[in-house]
Amino acid sequence: MTDAPSPLSALSFAVLDAEEEHRTLLHSVVLVARAIFESAASSIFLLDTLTSELVFEAVAGNGEDFLVGSRFPASKGIAGWVLDSGQPLIIENVAEDPRFARDVAESTKYVPTMLMATPVICDEEAIGVLEVLDPGPSQRSALTQLELLSLFGLQAAAALRLVQRSRAARSRLIMADGEFAELVEVVRMLEGLDGERRQAGLRLFGSMRTLLTS
Amino acid sequence: MTSDFDRASQFARPPLTWNSVGRDYTAMTLATRWPAAVSPDAAWGSATGAGVRVCIVDSGVEDGHPRVGPVQASYAVEQDDDGNCAVVKVPAEDMSGHGTACASIVRSLAPDCEIHSVRVLGHGFSGSGEALLAGLKWAIEQRFDVVNLSLSTTRHKFVDNLRALTDDAYFGKTVLVASAHNLPIESFPWRFSSVISVGSHDTGDPGQFFYNPSPPVEFFAHGTDVEVGWLAGGIRRCTGNSFATPHIAGYCALILSKHPDLTAFQVKNLLYLTAANVRGAQ
Repeated sequence: MTDAPSPLSALSFAVLDAEEEHRTLLHSVVLVARAIFESAASSIFLLDTLTSELVFEAVAGNGEDFLVGSRFPASKGIAGWVLDSGQPLIIENVAEDPRFARDVAESTKYVPTMLMATPVICDEEAIGVLEVLDPGPSQRSALTQLELLSLFGLQAAAALRLVQRSRAARSRLIMADGEFAELVEVVRMLEGLDGERRQAGLRLFGSMRTLLTS
Repeated sequence: MTSDFDRASQFARPPLTWNSVGRDYTAMTLATRWPAAVSPDAAWGSATGAGVRVCIVDSGVEDGHPRVGPVQASYAVEQDDDGNCAVVKVPAEDMSGHGTACASIVRSLAPDCEIHSVRVLGHGFSGSGEALLAGLKWAIEQRFDVVNLSLSTTRHKFVDNLRALTDDAYFGKTVLVASAHNLPIESFPWRFSSVISVGSHDTGDPGQFFYNPSPPVEFFAHGTDVEVGWLAGGIRRCTGNSFATPHIAGYCALILSKHPDLTAFQVKNLLYLTAANVRGAQ
């Protein structure tokens, strides 16, 4: 039988260890979007408000193995327009669109012909963009495609919000002079121990509590 | 040369009224030249948009584009370092193609209307920001006959100001045609009853529009694979409510060209009576 996690260890798991789970969640959104639209790639960008950059948070398809984490100015490209205008769009010939940032596309090592993009809106704000590159031929009308894309935008919004909250909480823990990060790290180590060493660690914590409350 | 500001001052606002005490009821008689059955021909037949001033509140409009023709005047919202917005005259240019696309659709329906532009998007502004509000306010103050707004804001903090502005337009005889958001989210001002709100249909027929019996989106117009003017004299096909909206704005320009005295309320009624699904029931 597994012991129920202590509140601190649960916090540690939720905040410090959640990044991988959130990446999986975001990746699942673009994976499904890519599959439904039969596209070459699908990506989710998150707006970094401190640097005014769009950051690749999840990629399925072309660029999947190296694009996550790379960033470009939020004022550039079709994604920048979608973020600004708050409107989704479908562009059939990307190269002819003056909003298209070729340098950004080339840096991703994939230049699409067709692109669909929708803003990711959370709490009345566009916090990112979901893109689908080169969707396959579809029986759906363009309007239906837009509507379907917007549903993925809603999913991406929920996932990105989780990522933002988790990162903010982690940042608070780590930035507080490292005090709590040390504590969380000790608890994590303790959770990984078994037998006598774990019991010794718990006794040490008990002694600390007695010391601090006496 | 007469500026937009000068022209706007020609349209004096009527005094506010709360009741009809002391009014001459004979003087209150309004146009009654309504045909027994309203047909598109009665509503806008032979009209070209002549005499109607249409303002495109968007990303700017490319002057002289083959699908747009002359742009009467171009303005833009500019923000100072403190975030204060001002509307200034600028060269007629488009930052993205979106505004030119809207203007080209209006022009395709109302070839002789005047097209004016207020840029609120495309210079680092967000469509959900103060620039949209400032540009729309300016356009309404200029008493344009028709304002096309293929944008909206998701921010509730603007709702009260926007509602007051759109009411002002409605009572000031400016027909504000506003695009519904393409996402299933709440945004403004298309949700207000004082505007004519537009979503897309996908019948592919640009000459067809429908009244929605389940508002708040009141009308559906051609919004799928719409051929529009784009930057540098270009043409492209676009999909979305942004491109359905100027179809209705174009019909409003035609109606007002043929019946210049109509109020925003009456224009909306004519649209309703001539909608494909309403006519079809007759």
